[in-house]
Amino acid sequence: MNIATEAQVYTPEVKKKKKFAVGQAIKYIVVILVSLTMVLPFVWMLSASLKLETEIFGFPIKWIPETFRWENYKEVWTAVPFHIYYLNTLKIAVITTILVIINSSLAGYAFAKIKFPESNRLFFIYVATMMIPYQVMMIPQFMLMKQLGLVNSHWALIILGAFNPFGVFLFRQFFLSIPDELLEAARIDGLSEFGIYWRIILPLSKPAIATLVIFSFMHSWNDFLGPLIYLTSDHLYTLQLGIQHFITEYNTEYSLLMAAAVSAVVPTIIVYFLAQDHFIKGVANTGIKG
Amino acid sequence: MKPGKAVKSKAIRRNRITAYTFLLPNIIGFLVFIFVPVIASFCMSFTSWNGFGNIEFIGLDNYKQLLKDTNFKISFINSILFMLISVPITLLISVLIAIALNRGIRFVKVFRTAVFLPYVTATIAVAAVWQLIFNPSMGPINGTLMKLGIDSPPGWLSSPSWALISVSIVYIWHSVGYYMILFLAGLQNIPDYLYEAAELDGAGPITKFFHITLPSLSPVLFFTTIIGVINSFKVFDLIYVLTGGGPGRSTHVLVYDIYNTAFKQFEYGYASAMAYVLFLVILIISIIQFSGQKKWVNY
Repeated sequence: MNIATEAQVYTPEVKKKKKFAVGQAIKYIVVILVSLTMVLPFVWMLSASLKLETEIFGFPIKWIPETFRWENYKEVWTAVPFHIYYLNTLKIAVITTILVIINSSLAGYAFAKIKFPESNRLFFIYVATMMIPYQVMMIPQFMLMKQLGLVNSHWALIILGAFNPFGVFLFRQFFLSIPDELLEAARIDGLSEFGIYWRIILPLSKPAIATLVIFSFMHSWNDFLGPLIYLTSDHLYTLQLGIQHFITEYNTEYSLLMAAAVSAVVPTIIVYFLAQDHFIKGVANTGIKG
Repeated sequence: MKPGKAVKSKAIRRNRITAYTFLLPNIIGFLVFIFVPVIASFCMSFTSWNGFGNIEFIGLDNYKQLLKDTNFKISFINSILFMLISVPITLLISVLIAIALNRGIRFVKVFRTAVFLPYVTATIAVAAVWQLIFNPSMGPINGTLMKLGIDSPPGWLSSPSWALISVSIVYIWHSVGYYMILFLAGLQNIPDYLYEAAELDGAGPITKFFHITLPSLSPVLFFTTIIGVINSFKVFDLIYVLTGGGPGRSTHVLVYDIYNTAFKQFEYGYASAMAYVLFLVILIISIIQFSGQKKWVNY
């Protein structure tokens, strides 16, 4: 009798555990399958970039090339002025990023820490512009840049990249989390508003700065439409436009195209691995609190 | 006026001056590069301007023309189809992955990195790779399919009926990581005690999902659908590299058409009208979503 009740009591527990294990297994299988789908194209790209042209499409897929053809990379970097594309992209990305940080942190500070009546309304207009598709302003912006003589120059891209409502949004949200008492104390000590921004707020904002640096850098590095519209001379091309060369002109040489793609992708992957946590926190914070 | 009030209004004025000094670079940039262009292209959409000569006002002619333009209609339908295919699947996959990664799993960081990786890489490079992967006669996908006994696998990017789906696949692959991170952040905001209390009441995993996880996640779901829809209308790079709008017009979408009309055919007036139609579509969808949110979003 006793044993029977005990058994009855325990059966659900056992069942639950079994169910739990099955659920857990399904979870791992799904996650592993999705992760593989995400990563395999990269592996394929890397392997194709080191193969002989004829070897690329062999089936079954050979993940490790017969012989590693490092020459592919050498050819990519000499066939077209790839190093110039690299330097151009780096120049645009770095200058844009610096300007975005200065610009957005100043505005973010005004919105978060200075009380003026139309603050919220103005901020709302700012954020609302993020919803306007780029196509709506694309043509007049181009006309304007033409008037300013900045078409076919990196400065058009840098200037347009420097005004980014997203950056203002990110800094404002971050600054709001800094207690006002800290600023009041500094004001009493006679620090000017700019002094507070420069000596107190900015040093406290390294996480926000890091997030925006990564975002802005990746954004400029990966931008395609902007350079496509504004850059016409080959020596001004960015990497993303440069890769186009391999697609249109060298389209029989897939291994070179893959080597070019790997070369273009590596810097952002490195940046991502170095600053992964900031990046993910940045996506999460700006996304959720919208 | 009471003295206290005067002091207050003086303080407001001082604050305002400081605030605008801080905002100055941004406000100038905003006015010159966003506000003025948005207005200018609205005005331009009522003209037949091609960049040279006089600007001729033609009223609503551009918009009337758009209604009759079959190519525009195709792009419009393609954009909507692309959204309808890619947004629900992207959100579904990313929410499932986020829930799987949220608790009780090991190597979270490894999986998270893997899923997020495509998002940080340039679409151009990524598109180049997928073009080869999708190669109908020699690519690894069709190679695998044929090995599995499927004699005539789809032509993917080169088949008019599969091209839009193929682009959607690449797009979903590229953006799942972003939405996963948003969902993960949302899940981490759900307090543990809710689950503990539910467990005490004897709730199973399904009950917990429908009564705790889903309602708590509804603001994030709302936000991600809005962002997801807007982003899906913006896809340009992928289409430019993968298909160039083809085969035929099967992957022509609005943004691709706007680019071509403006910078290949130099019909600035007409392109502006198209851009405003795009804007209107996004606006209407967003308004519908916002007005529907009260019914299902819990704050």
